[in-house]
Amino acid sequence: MPTIHQFDTVIIGAGGAGLMAALHASRSVSTAVVSKLYPTRSHTGAAQGGIAAALANMEPDSWEWHMFDTIKGGDYLVDQDAAEVLARDAIEAVLELEHMGLPFDRTPEGRIEQRRFGGHTANFGERPVMRSCKAADRTGHMILQTLYQQCIKNKVNFYDEFFVADLIMDGGACVGCIAIEIATGEMHIFHAKSVIVASGGFGKIFKVTSNAHTLTGDAVAAVWRRGLPLQDMEFYQFHPTGIYKMGILLSEAARGEGAVLINGKGERFMEHYAPTVKDLAPRDMISQYIQTEIRAGRGVNGLDYVHMDFRPETINRYRSGPGGRTVTAEHISKTLPDITDFARVYMGIDPLLEPVPIQPTAHYAMGGIPTDNDTRVLDANGRVVPGLYAAGECACVSVHGANRLGTNSLVDLVVFGRRGGRAAAEYAKSAVFGSLPAEPHAEITAELDQLRNASGSERPAQLRAELQNTMTDLVGVFRNAKDMQQALVNIAELKQRYSDVRIDDRGKIFNSELLETFEVGCLLDVAEATAASALRRTESRGGHSREDFPKRSDAQWLKHTLVSRSAGSGAKPTPAGAQLNFADRPVRLGRFEPKERTY
Amino acid sequence: MNVHLKIKRFNPERDTAAWWGDYDVEVEPTDRVLDALKKIKWFQDGTFNLRSSCAHGVCGSDAMRINGRNQLACKLLIRDAGASITIEPLHGLRVIKDLIVDMEPFFEHYRSVMPFLVNNEVPADGRERTQSVAEQERFVEGTKCILCAACTTSCPSFWANDKYVGPAAIVQAHRFVFDSRDRAASERLEVLNSQMGVWRCRTAFNCTNACPRDIPVTRIIGEVKRALTTGRID
Repeated sequence: MPTIHQFDTVIIGAGGAGLMAALHASRSVSTAVVSKLYPTRSHTGAAQGGIAAALANMEPDSWEWHMFDTIKGGDYLVDQDAAEVLARDAIEAVLELEHMGLPFDRTPEGRIEQRRFGGHTANFGERPVMRSCKAADRTGHMILQTLYQQCIKNKVNFYDEFFVADLIMDGGACVGCIAIEIATGEMHIFHAKSVIVASGGFGKIFKVTSNAHTLTGDAVAAVWRRGLPLQDMEFYQFHPTGIYKMGILLSEAARGEGAVLINGKGERFMEHYAPTVKDLAPRDMISQYIQTEIRAGRGVNGLDYVHMDFRPETINRYRSGPGGRTVTAEHISKTLPDITDFARVYMGIDPLLEPVPIQPTAHYAMGGIPTDNDTRVLDANGRVVPGLYAAGECACVSVHGANRLGTNSLVDLVVFGRRGGRAAAEYAKSAVFGSLPAEPHAEITAELDQLRNASGSERPAQLRAELQNTMTDLVGVFRNAKDMQQALVNIAELKQRYSDVRIDDRGKIFNSELLETFEVGCLLDVAEATAASALRRTESRGGHSREDFPKRSDAQWLKHTLVSRSAGSGAKPTPAGAQLNFADRPVRLGRFEPKERTY
Repeated sequence: MNVHLKIKRFNPERDTAAWWGDYDVEVEPTDRVLDALKKIKWFQDGTFNLRSSCAHGVCGSDAMRINGRNQLACKLLIRDAGASITIEPLHGLRVIKDLIVDMEPFFEHYRSVMPFLVNNEVPADGRERTQSVAEQERFVEGTKCILCAACTTSCPSFWANDKYVGPAAIVQAHRFVFDSRDRAASERLEVLNSQMGVWRCRTAFNCTNACPRDIPVTRIIGEVKRALTTGRID
């Protein structure tokens, strides 16, 4: 029999959004955080460059400029009222982090120091602005650590290494979730008045990615399997500067400090594409231009990479340092210690002496579980799903639209994590516990038991590798109908083969093979939603760039995509070839009229 | 290149004692040791277990004993580990299964030192507290800690007595004791002055050598000892 727990609010995931939500919810209601990892292993900790907030500590800045940059950066698919919330609340949220003890870098006056980042500008696009607050190049690490510290101080309840595999729905409302205790293999029912999904991204649908092994979209898949829609799944960000072949991220902070991108002919090619902000253009554009250079035969040595050069002499030659200032090797080592170390460890290259080979790497999902500005999850008809909330990368508010700006993910985590924690607690205070359906764990338990005893012929890891190749090769930086149709054929075939997997480990204790196999099923579902949404959108916008439809079409496509499965509500993977249903939702426009995006 | 791995295995549902498994894998010299371990798990023996997440040295999941030294499997390349690699779980913590150890005692020590900023005064204007560059640099090295436990589980004093708070917890305490914004240094120092506190450190330097984040752990412990001896934090 499963163990039953009861909390007012249950949070799935212990990254930045989950912990921020936990801190705020736990102030007024009983709260538990359920995560498949120890909280400090969450991938928020890998975020490097910074968190944007118009503190104006370095030079004039305003939240309106930040709001505008976010909307333009998102290629006008951003809901403008949500972008206003993001840019306004960012200031208070960053100050709250400082009050919690986050060790921000400091100016000579002792204020929070800020630096430039892609797409962040002064006066509505005039010039790059110093808006990113940071702790060297480990800002995400410091946010994660600081929030975890405060959660310990506030005695938040943690269920570490509990894998959430299903949501409990009752009459259209969410009343809890089901988790496996990894150490024992036992099932647990978390009965709650409100549930916040804060499970992060799903970059492991791709081969070359900056994402952790554990970012497999399990909770996103759980929401989808329960019949709810996903929004804007075609918008997936490829970060321009991943370490060649490995995909490990080298922060945009490097370009904030003056790094330049150089092609095989030794040219600083971004000067041609974005004459105003050059190497500090948004990520979607730079990734597309890198691919364009490579396709034109201008990769380094004719291969599929270009160089990122942050040697001080290069930065000084181009006068690309902040404000055109001269930089020293000491300054670079001090502000970018981790990425300097990554280049040394993984490439054997000292980036202070040599340029680093880079290529775009799958990085961030703009799309996800649709929510309103208070993180309440919306169904396909735009109605609030009672008791269900989502925040952070797994959610789609949408503050990032078709392309997220660098530093805005950490803003999103703290701003919407906080709003989510407050809203879910507020709801729980006035709600009563919904009734648990009979045997709510039965379906997912049967699914897991079937996998545990699977004795087919397919290695789950083989299926995952083939899926990742499919997505990187056919649904990558540049897309076309033929490739994406092929991707969907491949995914359907992989789903067939998934029903014939084999597992070696039949045990209960720490059966990570079982859980990884379950994750492969989640990846297949999430990848299918991504590829199908991408095939349907016949335009190019932000991170979704189509060779067969190279122009943005506001007349036809200035709207969000909603995709849901027709297979109905359940705990099992969506069957191969099952029909997907699409709907649209209008973009909430506002003071910034959609314009052509140039930098 | 072909690499031979000798891995200490234990499955509580199957084994009465730990045993050594031998595996050969084909990997690139530039692959991580973690990549070799994943290949074994994914394509040779699915019952083999380890923790891992970020795979580039920032989440702290995959600390283990590699060729007799505590390291992160994702931060050590095959070309540096050699063609014959011995892998064991961290010492000093109970083995749950294969390379997975019980981290709870480690996090209990972490929690015991009040690893959080204590300060309820917020500037009247609601802005950030100011802190000079020098004040920030005084404690910032310790903030790099990823709680991987490589230091604590390489410490002979911890092996001898697992009630000792261990180097990782001391680094976390130091980070707040020397933060100009914190107001609870004396309470934290009291914990560290106890029988199971810093005085169990015998300056073996294993912790400093094991730290994948290059934190000068032994020096930091020395600074806490000095603060206790002199009664001054500077």
